[in-house]
Amino acid sequence: MSAQVAPAKGSGASEAAAEEEARKRRNRAQKSDRTRAESRLGWYLAGPAFVVMLAVTAYPIAQAIFDSLFRFRLSAPDERAFIGLTNYVVVLSDVVFWRVLGVTLLITVVAVAVEVVLGFALALVMHRAITQLRGLLRTAILVPYGIITVVSAFAWFYAFDISSGFVNTWFAWVPGVDENLNWFANMGTSLFVIIASEIWKTTPFISLLLLAGLAQVPTELEEAAEVDGATWWQRLNRVVIPNMKAAIMVAVLFRALDAFRIFDNVFIMTGGANNTEVLSLLAYRTSIARLEIGLGSAISVLLFVCVILICFIAIKLFKVDLAGARGEK
Amino acid sequence: MGLTTKQKVWWAVITVVVLVYALFPVAAIAATSFKIPSELDNGRFLPGTWSLINYEQILVGDAQSLFLSSLRNSIGISLIATAIAAVLATLAAYAIARLDFPGKRLILTTALAVSIFPVISIVTPLFNLWRTIGLYDTWPGLIIPYLSLTLPISIWILTAFFRQIPWELEQAAQVDGATTWQAFRKAIVPLAAPGVFTTALIAFFIAWNDFVYGISLTSTEAARPVPAALAFFTGASQFEEPTGSISAAAVVVTIPVVVLVLLFQRQIVAGLTQGAVKG
Repeated sequence: MSAQVAPAKGSGASEAAAEEEARKRRNRAQKSDRTRAESRLGWYLAGPAFVVMLAVTAYPIAQAIFDSLFRFRLSAPDERAFIGLTNYVVVLSDVVFWRVLGVTLLITVVAVAVEVVLGFALALVMHRAITQLRGLLRTAILVPYGIITVVSAFAWFYAFDISSGFVNTWFAWVPGVDENLNWFANMGTSLFVIIASEIWKTTPFISLLLLAGLAQVPTELEEAAEVDGATWWQRLNRVVIPNMKAAIMVAVLFRALDAFRIFDNVFIMTGGANNTEVLSLLAYRTSIARLEIGLGSAISVLLFVCVILICFIAIKLFKVDLAGARGEK
Repeated sequence: MGLTTKQKVWWAVITVVVLVYALFPVAAIAATSFKIPSELDNGRFLPGTWSLINYEQILVGDAQSLFLSSLRNSIGISLIATAIAAVLATLAAYAIARLDFPGKRLILTTALAVSIFPVISIVTPLFNLWRTIGLYDTWPGLIIPYLSLTLPISIWILTAFFRQIPWELEQAAQVDGATTWQAFRKAIVPLAAPGVFTTALIAFFIAWNDFVYGISLTSTEAARPVPAALAFFTGASQFEEPTGSISAAAVVVTIPVVVLVLLFQRQIVAGLTQGAVKG
């Protein structure tokens, strides 16, 4: 539209430019009907999805930010009062919050680190597998992906549980493991099982992302390296991994953001006992169980800020190109 | 295939390792589900006597109302949330893949942002709002937030699918004398339908898996889905652990997942990898 408000230029030198501009404008007028119709159709088709996405996320987070500025508990709704940033001060000056944040970060880092290695190995297996095995391997790997996280949590919980589990009997030869070991009575052992369940359930997802990355590595490069006498390890390190760096970064970021929201495994296995509480669980217990909407909203907003920070660090510091790797130019 | 014996052995070992990795926890909970109560804490993997008592408990016994109602809720809510997401995402992805309009990138970026959104951050305000307007503990009360899980990934996967469809086929069919509708139905639908189906399948898995919304926004059997219900199981008596019933229920809800994976592994892998990383 800027063309229409552009001032007409009188000087001879720019007359040609002005004429050119006018021609463009006429052209645009002819095209604009079609363009406008296409835009309108585009938004008619994509608009509902767009509006629904905003309605189910942007609105609630705005409401959470608003609620976080109030003293507000559902058990005493009449005492609702504006208290500014007090809720944030309360949360951020509480040592529990920082401990919970630390545990959440610990779970995220350990789980994602193991998953990348394991997922890469699985991706290599699926990538190289002979045709007869490929279907079988992919089907097997998709089982943990499709299974309900809560079911995975129970499966791992019952396997390690001191009364119903078999792990203590099977692994009694491992130093530190005997029939009296109660895995869910200590922070370290609880986190071990929680992370194991998380890794088992989500490695397939990361390995599928990496498989897509592997498929993009030009085979000629690998063959050339092989002809030049590079070992399998050298080819992997010098050719394959550098060529799929973008895919690895995206997979890591996606899984990290997902692991940071961990809830189901912790809820089922320990309920946050023995210092295993994570951020999502803290938010849940504050607002849903204790009905402290104001305080819970503040924790929710802080969790949201953490996710944005992780994203920001990944994109700025590690130059993860989400849009590029996800199909957008 | 020109595999040497050594390679064959290697592949056999690798395959066994992957199968054990993927299936062992499932086998463990399945084995537990066939144990009789007195054997639950014998520290063994397999049951001594195989019994269906836990399945009786959840399908016709005491835990029946809790389990069957949650199964009905889970199936109904997940299917509706998937269907709505599939329709909205199909329209949006068609527009993004085929039309040129300002805001395309905005829509894709929004979908990406929504998909990394921490679910728990939405739960608190919804919990409060749903109680005020009467959506708490109802099907729509879960279907609406489920769209935040199913819609973004559906848009991404379907856009990737639709970008690969040779849309010229439609014009070609019209040149050959087909009407607009015929051209769309005969040339485009057969190409687009598998993508829509795969997307719906993946979206269904995601909705089926939800726990945070399920446990926060429901309080009774009216809308509580399976994952949340599993956390509320109690034993046959208050002195009994619900281990057996939970295991049996876990197996029942895992069977459809395994069947779908067996039938459609190729499509699911294609959907997840295409929607995810495409350089």
